[in-house]
Amino acid sequence: MNALQILLQQTVNGVQIGSVYALIAVGYTMVYGVLKFINFAHGDVYMVGAYTGFFTVTAIFASKAPAIQGVSALVLAMVACSMLGLFIERLAYRPLRNGIQPSDAPAWSLFWSLYITLFLGGWLVNRSVLPPLLVYCVTFAGSSVVMYLLMRRLFASLSKKLRPSSDRLTALITAIGVSLLLENQGAASFGVTPRAAQIKGVNGGKDITLPTLFSQHIKLSVGVGQIVVLVAALLLTAVLVYTVRFTSVGRSIRAVSLDRDAAALMGIPTDTVIAVTFLIGSALAGAAGMLNHMLTGIPFDSNIGIALGLKAFVAAVLGGIGSIEGAVLGALLMGVAETFTSGSAFSPFKDAVAFVILIVVLLFKPSGLMGRYAPEKV
Amino acid sequence: MMMRRQFMYPALVVLMAMGLATGGCKSPANSGSSQSSGNDIIVGEYGSLTGPQATFGKSTDNAIQLATDELNANGGIDGRKVKVVTQDDMSQASNAALAVQNLIDQQHAIAILGEVASSCSQAGGRVCQSKGIPMISPSSTNPAVTAIGDDIFRVCFIDPFQAAVVARFAHDSLGATRVAVFTNTDQDYSTGFSKNFIEAFTKMGGTIVIQKSYGGQDTDFRGSLTAIAQSKPQAILIPGYYQDVASIAKQARALGITCPLLGGDGWDSPDLVKIGGTALNGCYFSDHLAIDDPSPAVAKFVASYKAKYGQTPDSLAALGYDSANLLFAAMKSAKSLSSSDIRDAVAATKNFPGITGNITINAQRNADKPAVIIKIVNGQFTKYMAISNPDVPLQQKGS
Repeated sequence: MNALQILLQQTVNGVQIGSVYALIAVGYTMVYGVLKFINFAHGDVYMVGAYTGFFTVTAIFASKAPAIQGVSALVLAMVACSMLGLFIERLAYRPLRNGIQPSDAPAWSLFWSLYITLFLGGWLVNRSVLPPLLVYCVTFAGSSVVMYLLMRRLFASLSKKLRPSSDRLTALITAIGVSLLLENQGAASFGVTPRAAQIKGVNGGKDITLPTLFSQHIKLSVGVGQIVVLVAALLLTAVLVYTVRFTSVGRSIRAVSLDRDAAALMGIPTDTVIAVTFLIGSALAGAAGMLNHMLTGIPFDSNIGIALGLKAFVAAVLGGIGSIEGAVLGALLMGVAETFTSGSAFSPFKDAVAFVILIVVLLFKPSGLMGRYAPEKV
Repeated sequence: MMMRRQFMYPALVVLMAMGLATGGCKSPANSGSSQSSGNDIIVGEYGSLTGPQATFGKSTDNAIQLATDELNANGGIDGRKVKVVTQDDMSQASNAALAVQNLIDQQHAIAILGEVASSCSQAGGRVCQSKGIPMISPSSTNPAVTAIGDDIFRVCFIDPFQAAVVARFAHDSLGATRVAVFTNTDQDYSTGFSKNFIEAFTKMGGTIVIQKSYGGQDTDFRGSLTAIAQSKPQAILIPGYYQDVASIAKQARALGITCPLLGGDGWDSPDLVKIGGTALNGCYFSDHLAIDDPSPAVAKFVASYKAKYGQTPDSLAALGYDSANLLFAAMKSAKSLSSSDIRDAVAATKNFPGITGNITINAQRNADKPAVIIKIVNGQFTKYMAISNPDVPLQQKGS
């Protein structure tokens, strides 16, 4: 292999891993845009996406054709994760933002009745002759009604006493709590043994011969799965950028991120817009989890979101937090930088390089590559 | 009155949450043999029954129970039954020390079996040494474990030996002179293995063409692999654990790297091939035992393990089985069942017929025995050769 070929090969490798970072990073940056806080549970949504993809490929659609498996796994992962993102926002962040309200009761009673069903239902199943499914359904129905009534009364009395928290630190620490809950619930539900699966037919490598460049013969080896991940990730990012730039939903997201109070005065339903932001960001993180693991067969466990989430967060800050295009640029840059470092003599410093780039960029441009400088108004 | 009502709801919720927390727990159960009487000989076992290394801990525990049941069915030791009391250390070294303390102080174990992970064995071993209780580790390969003191033994070979075996195999049998090394810098096992391999391989006249490393949480290895491919090695040493190795192998094959990959006993898991698939065909690793070994002792162990647990044992199970049987043999030949007499009997073990080979406990309390090279053929682990002394050149074997 000659130098030019290595250069191109490493760029392809780097752009592919960078495109996965990009899918996660846009979620960080969008939530920061509207709420001005870092949703540290975002990496764990990626983990749930990977598990959804895993169970779709190995259980639900195990015997179907690879294309059906791939598309259904992608759709299911995105749907499951967007639901999870909505649920997290409703359960943890909105009560903090607006103060606890009786309208928060449905989410909270759902949360508690899930756990009650898990434990009480499991206890009852061992002691009754009824079919387990019926026992679980009855436990769930009963506990959700009881919890709903209880929670509504509780929240009605609390809402008079508790003020909403305007402190961003509270939301940040709550996010860390949600993240720990998801990681440990993931370990409890799915086990700690690493899982891996790969959709059939995407394992092989493809040799791509490029036209002769600088009188050199170039041949690149790219996995089929790698190409699919890259194309799907870039497509999803393009759809997102289009949505935010050119649709009315996107316009309201941008309005809320510019000034939440002013947007509310202009008649934009800010709570709904924030929920939609969580929905979109989580769907993309879920897609990233499914694509990265089901198409390349990389093993994962319930802690996979920690390291990847951190890197995507760094990418978002590098690109300028709050800017979607910046997050994509930062992610691609980080993927390429990481790949080139691990191919060089400095391979043990792979992860350090990303942070060195971040520090250098922030020294010269504190708002990130594409971030806007916004002076604090006093 | 109003105040009291308002307090009632939070109080109710807290009560329900507490009920949930306690109602969901199960009382911990010891997996010792079923009938116990005051006359039983108590042996302690600690292992990772839960946590990241749970698959290793469970096969070891299964095999120790199998060995114990067989011993008790044949009359036990001098007519007394042996009861193995098991404590879970949740794959954490700090818990391992507590587990061993409990086994010795509360359960009055006279000897200890465990652990798989070297970090846990070291934590537990220090407790055993301080209390003068003999401990046999089935499968910790880090040299530091038995260096703790004269009460600590093991029935497996150590990492420098294993690495030298792989180097000898690569040099003599594969005829490789140019090897790349890809190390997980987060694992002592991996860095130690690489260091020992490089020493042994360069001494034989081979060249290490490139050294690359990765971290424990990495999932994308293509950057390093592209650089490795450029250096055109004849083989790549990847002394990591199976989950890393499986994805490295896949990504290497997708990048057009076709040379064999080499590794150590960290590869031994059915998940290696489950995750890695065809990418691992034609690769080699050193191990303690080949399950397809046709010898009657191995076949009998595999059959009775399958009958009891419904799955094929791995080499960790085989080592667990050997550790228990070696301890029982030593207890039979010991002058008395005091801990110091058992220790002397274990230390005096010569040519014990284990299923992982004939075991002699040497002066460093390690086991002298051969290593097996396993070749992966069509997703199956098959025995390729056994190497007992890596310092002696092998007879050339065409492959």
